[in-house]
Amino acid sequence: MSTYLMPLTGGVLLGVSAMWLLLSLGRIAGISGIAWGSLAGPERVWRTLFLMGLLLGGLLTHSVIGQPVPAESTTPLWLIATSGLLVGLGTRMGGGCTSGHGVCGLGRRSPRSLVATLTFMTMGVITVFIMQSMVGGAL
Amino acid sequence: MKAWPALLSGVLFGLGLTLAGMSDPAKVLGFLDITGAWIPDLVFVMGGAVVVTFFITPLVTARKAPLLASAFSLPSKQLLDRRLVGGAVLFGIGWGLSGYCPGPALVSLLYGYDSTVVFCLAMLAGMALEGPLSRMFASS
Repeated sequence: MSTYLMPLTGGVLLGVSAMWLLLSLGRIAGISGIAWGSLAGPERVWRTLFLMGLLLGGLLTHSVIGQPVPAESTTPLWLIATSGLLVGLGTRMGGGCTSGHGVCGLGRRSPRSLVATLTFMTMGVITVFIMQSMVGGAL
Repeated sequence: MKAWPALLSGVLFGLGLTLAGMSDPAKVLGFLDITGAWIPDLVFVMGGAVVVTFFITPLVTARKAPLLASAFSLPSKQLLDRRLVGGAVLFGIGWGLSGYCPGPALVSLLYGYDSTVVFCLAMLAGMALEGPLSRMFASS
């Protein structure tokens, strides 16, 4: 069980973060929306501060708490770029990602978020399965 | 509207993602790989997060207004439309290709890896292309 203590603690912190943003500013902690809004506006200031905080939080984990930095992805860059394009396109079109639909939307009991979360989880599983079984270790 | 509370929220979010190991794409891919050497960590991450939001959200939204803003800004859409499902399909495929979703990818910029920089730039490009592409398909 102790193996899962960190994931559980981290998850609870994500929930607390989302609840603080909702209680203080009345906003949804959806990262794709915050990232896009910080560039495209309106209300860039709080979104930019959120993103700066996000990096600061990561810095605390690795420099102050001393958790090792994860290794770089072994996925080839062209596939990483394809992945990024699809994630950007899909999250704007579907109105959210793992945080906005997953963490916040499920908490709000939103049917749209439940459908979105089940859909992207399923597609993620299918994609990994196809990459593993058909392409194998080639990529 | 005050902005500083967002900084605190961001710090907690970044702390949570990295402590949970979600900034390691290999762990996320391991979670999605249910027929392989399955890594269940993400169940605990999502579980921990959603238990908090599920029980606290109704208490917060029962208030007339947030503490430091004049009103709640919550999504009002109810309709399950093609854009929602289509977007989630594209996002899920993209997520499964690399193991990166937006939060972990952005916090991983700290590590200075080429792959996270490429991912984040491509993600922003995808976000910028969404409007024009959707309009193109809607009119064709």
